[in-house]
Amino acid sequence: MPPAADPDSAYVRIANLTKRFGDFVAVDDVSLDIRRGEIFCLLGGSGSGKTTLLRMLAGFELPSAGTIRIDGADMSAIPPYERPVNMMFQSYALFPHMSVEKNVAFGLEQEGRGREQIRHQVGEILDIVKMGGFGARKPHQLSGGQRQRVALARALVKRPKLLLLDEPLAALDKKLREHTQFELLNIQQRLGVTFIVVTHDQEEAMTLGTRLGVMNHGRIAQIGTPSDIYESPATRFVADFIGSVNMFEGRVSDDGADCLRIDCTELGCTVRAERTVSCTRGAIVWTAIRPEKINISRQPPAAAGQPGLTENAVRGTVREIAYMGDMSIYLVQIDSGSVMRVTLPNVMRGAERPIARQESVWLSWHGSSPVVLTE
Amino acid sequence: MRLTTASGRRLVAGIPILWLLVLFLIPFIIVFRISFSEVRLAIPPYTPLLTWRHGSPVLQLHWSAYQFLFTDPLYVSSYLYSLKVAAVSTLCCLGLGYPMAYAIARSHAAMRPVLLMLIVLPFWTSFLLRVYAWIGLLKNNGVINNVLMYLGVIHHPLALLQTDFAVYIGIVYSYLPFMILPLYANLEKHDGTLLEAAADLGARPLRAFVRVTLPQSFAGIVAGSLLVFIPAVGEYVIPTLLGRTDQIMIGRVLSDEFFENRDWPVASAVAIVILLLLVVPIMLFQRLERRELEAAK
Repeated sequence: MPPAADPDSAYVRIANLTKRFGDFVAVDDVSLDIRRGEIFCLLGGSGSGKTTLLRMLAGFELPSAGTIRIDGADMSAIPPYERPVNMMFQSYALFPHMSVEKNVAFGLEQEGRGREQIRHQVGEILDIVKMGGFGARKPHQLSGGQRQRVALARALVKRPKLLLLDEPLAALDKKLREHTQFELLNIQQRLGVTFIVVTHDQEEAMTLGTRLGVMNHGRIAQIGTPSDIYESPATRFVADFIGSVNMFEGRVSDDGADCLRIDCTELGCTVRAERTVSCTRGAIVWTAIRPEKINISRQPPAAAGQPGLTENAVRGTVREIAYMGDMSIYLVQIDSGSVMRVTLPNVMRGAERPIARQESVWLSWHGSSPVVLTE
Repeated sequence: MRLTTASGRRLVAGIPILWLLVLFLIPFIIVFRISFSEVRLAIPPYTPLLTWRHGSPVLQLHWSAYQFLFTDPLYVSSYLYSLKVAAVSTLCCLGLGYPMAYAIARSHAAMRPVLLMLIVLPFWTSFLLRVYAWIGLLKNNGVINNVLMYLGVIHHPLALLQTDFAVYIGIVYSYLPFMILPLYANLEKHDGTLLEAAADLGARPLRAFVRVTLPQSFAGIVAGSLLVFIPAVGEYVIPTLLGRTDQIMIGRVLSDEFFENRDWPVASAVAIVILLLLVVPIMLFQRLERRELEAAK
């Protein structure tokens, strides 16, 4: 049974961690607590510092400043071969001259376990990753998905306190990736090992992660559950990086007790939003609205008053429609000239008179949809 | 003129085939043929294989040259000595060359061409000159003895020249690049993340080297060793200039048979036996190379 997850305990505690390569600051004063038994996803673009952070956890890079504690023990002076941490490499890094069994047994052999015990543990973990019959094969005789499983088995067989996964699914094709995601979750729950996953793929991060840390320029931009990050991004960077978003600059014209009114000239209407941030009248803010939270209709929405005084509604013309099967993406040029992105699920088969290109439409959204961002 | 793909391919394959045919296979057949003759005072100095008697051809194969190799102990001892010298030199080259190749492969990318250049640089001077230079270093009143005596380490000059030691020095010095270059070519391709993976799984650096780097560089070790071992077996110049006078290597035997004794059949037989001795490691190497190629696919 996996150990009970204590939501408050910081199993891995990263404090003020900094890594400099010459003048370049790859990781900039990052502090981060990771709980026992969770899957923490570090999400960021290339050069965001996520891989450097992972390599410091594994011990391949030494921090320029700051500390890493795993289960209370300071890792600063501990070389990689003595850390209770294993890593699954992006390239899998399987030893090409060793069979699958030998690859998986490698870690146990370093601990000087008995031959019989090693054989037993290798067999067990290969069964868990469903590679039981492949022990005698060499890595070059395996498919990409099979190699990924062997790499996972090799990293898990020592039952590390912490498993680091560097872009674990990047080398797999889309169908296999989805399948593997759920299997990875399954194995993680079964073994109760704490996972830290580095990925640039937000979809991967969303499905795998119990919590995400979005990284940008070596800093953590936001930490939260996938829905926190998606629905309540803290900064424009996070809002823009995760999913797609329609973002417009505006000026606060009314700061009521529970709602804000923002004049957006770019948008050509006033945005009414729930009050989630503190800002004063006249402040410059940004409103971010997710494409799926916008309604598209031929009729003006009921709430819209006279033209020019609309709230949370704009008029526009459909410029492009991308049919994706499960949903369609509409690019609507609104009257102010900006283009908004709207997605609608295709609920009905063969809907009557679907909205077509060049049609004049109204876009509207609920007051809870816009997120107001100050930075 | 337009060259079709097929004829172009034939041309590309044809040049090396022609080269091997004219410069290797035909001379080999000639030597092979002479080894089955008997010596005689004539031009050419050996008996023909085919003679005409009463209008019909008669094939005359003589085994005497080969038999002679095993009756006089000079030949067997020269073969064994040559194999020993070549084997010891190869091991020394491996011991010296591996760390050097490894260091070059691990050095900064900008430094590598410079370091490789330094390895190849001695080739710019004549081989003979470089071996002569070793005489100047090793002889009784040579540089090494003079320096050691001046420093008071020794009081009588060490006998360095005309020893096995001098031959090893000469061969290792001359053939080291042939060990380093294939090893470097192999080690340079190694994936550094494999060593990280080994460390991550608990292997200390030395163990990671033994379990990961060493087995993967096996093909490079074999290639370098053969490139040193094979020419070292037949080495003529180095043992003649630096080596012992009481024990000669087989290359010297071959040359003496040919030029001093003018016994072409025995000289040819000596050459054929060297070839047979070397064919085994060459075939092993080729089998290994084939396996490497299959694994790389």
